[in-house]
Amino acid sequence: MAKYLLLKHYRSSHAQTGKGQLPPMETWTPQEVDDHIAFMDHVADTLRERGEFVSGQALRPEGTFVRFDGEGRPPVTDGPFAETKDLIAGWMIIDVDSQERAYEAAAFLSAAPGPGGEPIQEWIEVRPFLEREAPSVTD
Amino acid sequence: MTEVEVALRDLTPQVLGVLVRRGADFAAAEDAVQEAMVEAVAAWPDLPGGMPREPKGWLVTVAWRKFIDAHRSEVARRRREERELDEPAPGPTEQADDTLLLYFLCCHPALTPASAVALTLRAVGGLTTKQIAQAYLVPESTMAQRISRAKRTVDGARLNEPGDLRSVLTVLYLVFNEGYGGSVDLAAEAIRLTRQLARVSDEPEVAGLLALMLLHHARRPARRDATGALVPLAEQDRSLWDTALIAEGVDVLQVALARDRLGEYQAQAAIAALHADARTAEETDWPQVLEWYDELTALTDSPVVALNRAVAVGEADGPLMGLKALADVPGDVPRRDAVAAYLHERAGDLAKARGLYAAAARAATNAAERDHLTRQAARLSRAGA
Repeated sequence: MAKYLLLKHYRSSHAQTGKGQLPPMETWTPQEVDDHIAFMDHVADTLRERGEFVSGQALRPEGTFVRFDGEGRPPVTDGPFAETKDLIAGWMIIDVDSQERAYEAAAFLSAAPGPGGEPIQEWIEVRPFLEREAPSVTD
Repeated sequence: MTEVEVALRDLTPQVLGVLVRRGADFAAAEDAVQEAMVEAVAAWPDLPGGMPREPKGWLVTVAWRKFIDAHRSEVARRRREERELDEPAPGPTEQADDTLLLYFLCCHPALTPASAVALTLRAVGGLTTKQIAQAYLVPESTMAQRISRAKRTVDGARLNEPGDLRSVLTVLYLVFNEGYGGSVDLAAEAIRLTRQLARVSDEPEVAGLLALMLLHHARRPARRDATGALVPLAEQDRSLWDTALIAEGVDVLQVALARDRLGEYQAQAAIAALHADARTAEETDWPQVLEWYDELTALTDSPVVALNRAVAVGEADGPLMGLKALADVPGDVPRRDAVAAYLHERAGDLAKARGLYAAAARAATNAAERDHLTRQAARLSRAGA
């Protein structure tokens, strides 16, 4: 059993698959938006029902980088950024039996519909968690 | 835990096993057993001696009534079941069979490992869903789903086919290897469940697994230093090892080995026993450890065994022979770089060792090992490698 983080970026593979750039969501029809959100809920429900769902959250698009700038000084900030393709739109954490199963779940998430009901085929980044403990039996 | 709670926990799988064997479906049987347990906790303290004379008989009777009550609407079926209620209490052999049956069901090969682990901890171990969820860091609702799916899967499994003991041992081994899981000590729970299994199965591999667990558990107080960092076997403070657990593990292993039906768990336990036997790391009988790795290699073609064998070769015959043995181990075996780093360091090639420790740290699948390997690489960097 292992936990994986499924990261949803603001990035679709439409360009690579010859369908052109994915139009921003605010230009979709209300029905298309509803269908997209309903699909996301359906993915989470399915994972819950399978006993694999750990957590999931969507993020607002604006983001700022913040860092320490020395004792007694205010934090340094940078951003927000115009380029959205590397921004994270949301995540889901799953607890599954194999890497293969994690990929299957990520592909399912990537099948969310967009304009015209077509799957938008977003790239989902799949990252395994470092486990907390070393196994008890080592020799 | 009170005496009654301990007794109830041990009796849970036996009572559940009786109900399932009598034909109750798994989920309904478990509900009934839980209700009987609640009633026992309330009723037993008022009994003379704080417990009925036959606690198991008491629980079976009450649980079976609860089960039937839940099915009151099915009148015909109820009549049939009430006749069975009047049957005499099962004999000792049957008791053993009931417990075994439950292990076989919960570790059924049709289940995924995670489902089998969850169901075993719930139904055999008597842990609450919340405890299991906390141990595996998932929401309680997710764990509840995982367990109920598992129950549905095994409800469809036929009970008359022989159980798969190998799957049971694999599941218990998985639980043990999880170690501390939040609020629940999973290693201790795995030992308890394996002990219970060893009481009803005389298969030497069951004893072998129990011995393996006891011998590794004995070292646990020495596996971490005060800051929580991993301490490798060779550097552990052996005075912290639990000598009572070691003695028990060695006894259990010797009885198993005398049966002359060697298996993987017995061979692994024999290796752990040799480590336990050495007062210092230098006193380790590496030639004999290596012999056991050769036995183990004959039993399994596991590349992990081949990797650990290369370590033993390095200690018994020197690092260059160890590296030669390592050459046969496939490159994608986890921890291979860590072993290669150790052998190269001992052979004097510090620069190569440092690079391999760093690579091993990047590939580590848990934080404790990653930190340990990073420290090894850093130690060699400071030494000028």
